[in-house]
Amino acid sequence: MTMNSTGRPTSLSAIDGDVPTQTVSGSKGLLQAEGLLFEIGSTQKTGVDLPAPKGGKDRLGGVTRTASSNLPGLSEPEAMRHYVRLSQKNYAIDLGLFPLGSCTMKHNPRLNEKVARLPGFADVHPMQPQATVQGALEVIEELAHWLMTLTNMPAVAMSPKAGAHGELCGMLSIRAALRARGEPNRKRVLVPVSAHGTNPATAAQCGFIIDEINAAPDGRVDLEDLKSKLKDSSDIAGIMLTNPNTCGLFERDIVKIAELIHAAGGYFYCDGANFNAIVGRVRPGDLGIDAMHINLHKTFSTPHGGGGPGSGPTVLSNALAPYAPVPFIVKTAEGLRFVEHHSDAPDSFGRMCAFHGQMGMFTRALTYILSHGADGLRQVAEDAVLNANYILARLKPLMSPAFEGYCMHEALFSDGFLKDTGVETIDIAKGLIDEGYHPMTMYFPLVVHGAMLIEPTETESKAELDRFCDALASIARRAVQKDPSLKSAPHLAPTKRLDETRAARSPRLKWTPEPPTLKAAE
Amino acid sequence: MRYLPLTADDRADMLKTIGAKSVDDFYGDVPVSARLKAPIGGLPNHQGELAVERHMTKLAAKNRSASEGRFFVGCGAYKHHIPASVDHIIQRSEFLTTYTPYQPEIAQGTLQTMFEFQTQVAALTGMEVANASMYDGSTACAEAAVMACRVTKRSTVILSGGLHPHYADTTRTLCEAAGIKVVQLPPAIDGELELASHVNEEAACVIGQSPNVFGTVTDLTQVADAAHAKGALLVSVFTEVVSLGLVKPPGEMGVDIAVGEGQSIGVPLGFGGPYVGLFTCRSKFLRQMPGRLCGETLDADGKRGFVLTLSTREQHIRRDKATSNICTNSGLCMLAFTAHMTLLGDKGLTQLTRLNHEAACDLADALARVKGVKVLTPRFFNEIAFETPKPADAVLAALEKHDVIGGVRASRLFPGAKLDNVIVAAATECTTQDDINSYAAALAEVLK
Repeated sequence: MTMNSTGRPTSLSAIDGDVPTQTVSGSKGLLQAEGLLFEIGSTQKTGVDLPAPKGGKDRLGGVTRTASSNLPGLSEPEAMRHYVRLSQKNYAIDLGLFPLGSCTMKHNPRLNEKVARLPGFADVHPMQPQATVQGALEVIEELAHWLMTLTNMPAVAMSPKAGAHGELCGMLSIRAALRARGEPNRKRVLVPVSAHGTNPATAAQCGFIIDEINAAPDGRVDLEDLKSKLKDSSDIAGIMLTNPNTCGLFERDIVKIAELIHAAGGYFYCDGANFNAIVGRVRPGDLGIDAMHINLHKTFSTPHGGGGPGSGPTVLSNALAPYAPVPFIVKTAEGLRFVEHHSDAPDSFGRMCAFHGQMGMFTRALTYILSHGADGLRQVAEDAVLNANYILARLKPLMSPAFEGYCMHEALFSDGFLKDTGVETIDIAKGLIDEGYHPMTMYFPLVVHGAMLIEPTETESKAELDRFCDALASIARRAVQKDPSLKSAPHLAPTKRLDETRAARSPRLKWTPEPPTLKAAE
Repeated sequence: MRYLPLTADDRADMLKTIGAKSVDDFYGDVPVSARLKAPIGGLPNHQGELAVERHMTKLAAKNRSASEGRFFVGCGAYKHHIPASVDHIIQRSEFLTTYTPYQPEIAQGTLQTMFEFQTQVAALTGMEVANASMYDGSTACAEAAVMACRVTKRSTVILSGGLHPHYADTTRTLCEAAGIKVVQLPPAIDGELELASHVNEEAACVIGQSPNVFGTVTDLTQVADAAHAKGALLVSVFTEVVSLGLVKPPGEMGVDIAVGEGQSIGVPLGFGGPYVGLFTCRSKFLRQMPGRLCGETLDADGKRGFVLTLSTREQHIRRDKATSNICTNSGLCMLAFTAHMTLLGDKGLTQLTRLNHEAACDLADALARVKGVKVLTPRFFNEIAFETPKPADAVLAALEKHDVIGGVRASRLFPGAKLDNVIVAAATECTTQDDINSYAAALAEVLK
């Protein structure tokens, strides 16, 4: 049949059978087809009405653009439709359970959004006189106080812009501390094989050498392997350990690990990605850590926004606090002030970004924290852990729990139950899409074969959990019965399974005017 | 607690299903010494919306917002008007409350906007390829320096004296940790071309900024030629993305990696963040780029779709061999940028850039007429540096009493650089003729 450039039929005669599966418009009921901006827009169109420039004045000294950007515009109604139509192709927390393990996809309260948009927060400039932004500095101080108290740590660096940026902050602090001790040759950082990829990437970015530690059969750090790696400890810089770890388990030997690493002359970086499981129940400072980033976009509910912005304030021990980045806030007779320059804080390892960190995330996180209070935050952790254990208990009979016993905030399964079925973890994930759910984290952590990591968070009701478990259980049963339709799932999503290999083989990373060469999938 | 759906009955039922006595059972691995028996003391308990909103509103009221009056602060963040529809779009649940699009079949909304963003940024900068955003301009600059070292297999970078000092400091932090030598040229209002005489065979790249932190626009073509002659790359930086509608863009100057801050289009000032870093380069360096990339592909029915691609560069695959440790980028700010850019189109952008430039021309002319004031920026877009006979901190403090937030003193940017009497001031489409007249009048009064 004839197809247009986006693979749609060009006339009704192309529709086969009694029940239409294709439409001329490309839309299907509420799901509207939408082309690329560059196909629907025009350089003649704009969605803004600006006063006409007066003309005449020019101080550019001839350093002017010669070629037009040729960027198409849209009127406001067209732009609204463009983005609303696109939005409807996205799954979201507000639509349903988003069980992406290690990502803590919890409800994003709208009060946070309202507060962040108050002109006193949204419309203040990072370089305006500090006397005119005392409220903003108070927000940072108040949030810092909460973070230090919840972790029982004496200092916090507020400027890191995301979790991985917080890791960088912690590792740069460790690097600076080692240099101050006159031991810059301590280069080896221990990282468990189960760690997030950001851990080794960050350590490498700071010039450290990564030494992997094995996992024990119970999903925790193999203490014997750790001890053997510390035998010659003269080059040990520290350890990067997630706790609760990426298997969703609390590292029960953590205090011992801290002692061992300190005795070896190293520092303990704790990845705080999973703080949601223990907030209000355990203070990481009581476990002997030296640094930990806190993902405000996980534990403290700032929206994930399709991949950021995040925010990663990093708490530091007394040993590392002197090396914290600039800027930081001090109390003076004239009120709160930033120390902005390295020259005013010579021990500091320096600056991590322009300005003062993710203020828009600070206002949201503080609003969330004040809404919950100390009692509510403890309940957050307890409900998050209860929900995960409920899922583990309900699915245990049908799927393969990766480890014995209870989990913390996320339930981890291996693909053991898929053995000899031909069905793989990715098929289970795509099957969940057809059931109306975002898939769990798949193939991570790497220490578990075909891993499926499910984190429901505390903001799911029991009814939602039951619905989810029923859906996943039915998929597990279909898998065991070798249902071939799972291999080609999803069938009910806005698109079929996408060819990621093709995208990487001949990268097409921007729209270009030449006609698209769309052929049937190879 | 309004955000927690479980009831006491639910909790009891669920514990029964699990076979646990209480939630304490789940925390059995926590060392006894670290178990907290009750909520942490000394902190308030939960509060309703009204109480929290009151508290936060009180704090917000202690800040002076940029819209409250005459406001001329720039230096890396700019007060622009954002169409109301932009904020509405980014608050759509489906954009706001979703994750990085790892499951493309149910994330085409995010992925298509990423693809459109990459196309817009490439067109605006005139560069061949753009990624799906970085944290902000300063971290993009630092990543560009490190990337240039990977590409050239050299380990020295040279920074111009017009590079925003926060960008320079951020770059130095990342480079020093990676064992890269940083050569910093002294602050210079019109010194970008000096990079050409400093580049050498050791240099991985030279980094120049246009418009620079003093507002000066520079054609970097001869710096590019000089750098390439020595086997080095030219990295160019912009902190005012609106300028690219009018000023010669990196792609027309032989730039190899162009990075900058996208805040001016769609993102509020927000006291410094979150913002959106733009990262572009020549396509031959594609596989050395940091950050997420979105690419076009087909689904199983042969229908066009988009996916995250070339992830073998990234930390979750490559771990310690990754091009960067970046994971989260700046998705929602990227969406704000692309939505605002879509509303503008080339037509709106061209108007906007002219309005900005004219406002700055008017400001420069008005201030130059004040006795004792000397405008120092030779060629500019929407920001100028000027000198007064009195120290800038005292002048700015006095201007504040006239309700004029007059800009940033250069000594806050470059302490100890003997720029004590220099002020950097910006004007945008939000700046009115009355604002400019008031500034000039107040300055005349202050300098009397």
